[in-house]
Amino acid sequence: MIVISNLHKRFGDLHVLKGVSLTVEKGKVVVIIGPSGSGKTTLLRCLNALELPTEGSVQIGEVKLDFSARGKVDKAEIARLRRQTGMVFQGYNLFPHMTALQNVMEGPVTVKKESPDKARAKAVSLLTKVGLADKLDHYPAQLSGGQQQRVGIARALAMDPQVMLFDEPTSALDPELVGEVLKVMKELALEGMTMVIVTHEMAFARDVADEVIFMDQGLIVERGTPEQLFTRPQEERTRQFLQLLS
Amino acid sequence: MVQMFPNSLFDNPERLERWIEIAQSSFLPLLKGALTYSLSLSIISFAIGLVIAVLTALARISGSKPLVAIARVYVSIIRGTPLLVQLFILFYGLPSVGLTIDPFPSAVIGFSLNVGAYASEVVRAAILSIPKGQWEAAYSLGMTYRQALQRVILPQAARVSVPPLSNSYISLVKDTSLAATILVPEMFRKAQEITATTYEPLLVYSEAAFIYWMICLILSFIQDRIESRLDRYVA
Repeated sequence: MIVISNLHKRFGDLHVLKGVSLTVEKGKVVVIIGPSGSGKTTLLRCLNALELPTEGSVQIGEVKLDFSARGKVDKAEIARLRRQTGMVFQGYNLFPHMTALQNVMEGPVTVKKESPDKARAKAVSLLTKVGLADKLDHYPAQLSGGQQQRVGIARALAMDPQVMLFDEPTSALDPELVGEVLKVMKELALEGMTMVIVTHEMAFARDVADEVIFMDQGLIVERGTPEQLFTRPQEERTRQFLQLLS
Repeated sequence: MVQMFPNSLFDNPERLERWIEIAQSSFLPLLKGALTYSLSLSIISFAIGLVIAVLTALARISGSKPLVAIARVYVSIIRGTPLLVQLFILFYGLPSVGLTIDPFPSAVIGFSLNVGAYASEVVRAAILSIPKGQWEAAYSLGMTYRQALQRVILPQAARVSVPPLSNSYISLVKDTSLAATILVPEMFRKAQEITATTYEPLLVYSEAAFIYWMICLILSFIQDRIESRLDRYVA
């Protein structure tokens, strides 16, 4: 489903990704962990071209983008790639001038040109699925962080993505609100959604991930099942990082 | 020495009566000038000016060198020269190169270009004030630049711009008095005409000032209404 090969990203002199390759099978849940500055968020943002990689290629489903330092990538191709992916942000990034329902309808109506009636029916069912059937007409400012993030998940799902990307979805939440978001994510995983998740929730990673990837200094240091990585890490850096957390 | 109250109202009942009479007979012509010319001039110019402002702001943030340069030069010229001089060039200057424009359209062009330049800075700042995450959320749904702008960024920027743009509009209403100098029969020109026949400048100009003030009061009230309406989604 996802094939990343030799991905590099430079911000000026800063070499953030130093050749990352990764394959994610359909229906798998991959959790990326690592210290801040390790490039994990940048890697995720390269997957839907919010950051344009300096070098390498990204393939999601049928759409493959090749990046090079010189050539410009076609805008229509970038849009196609983005339509394969749904993104959930650390800061929710809901549209504050729209209600929860309008937020979820926006993509299908504006981008896919679906009829408002059809989009509304789908938005209602998605918001019901994330437990917000009673908040349809609330504006984001009237919702708690956990509720906003669940609207964010519904908004991304409304585009019927092949892959869901989560960028530290619970990092901005008060501790008591983390559970409700993780629960929705777990349900999604059980339904067979392909997911790439950057998170610090190690318990969640253990519970839900098919594969855990440890990144440091722009490279994948180690990868394996949660069992392997958390209980028998092979690399010294992985051990150090996990020790800091416990 | 300056003589105070040479024939003051206070000891001249006949003059007081004359004032009341002039005030009554001039009020309607002034109001008519305000409603038919001052207001329409300001509304038309502001509408056109806003379109110019949004286009100029988009050019400024486009990153395209020629577009940025054009926008900068335009804003610089308009902001760097007096409005009165611009109106004179449009109305008295252009006929010498064979381009004669009537007073009202001349004023509309002058005021629109003015609003466009000043408001473009407001609109630009408002667009830049919208968090980057809003663009990213729009893009991640697959929106194009244009869709993100129309559906996500501009509606939010509009809310931010309402207070400064309302101020611009209120200034514009008062600035329309400058159109008197290029023969637009708006309220201030009417006041000048009435003064020329009655020789009561203090009374007539004060009356005009009063009408401007009332219009601006009403506009401030409308501004408050719009702001509270746009604020409804901010808890």
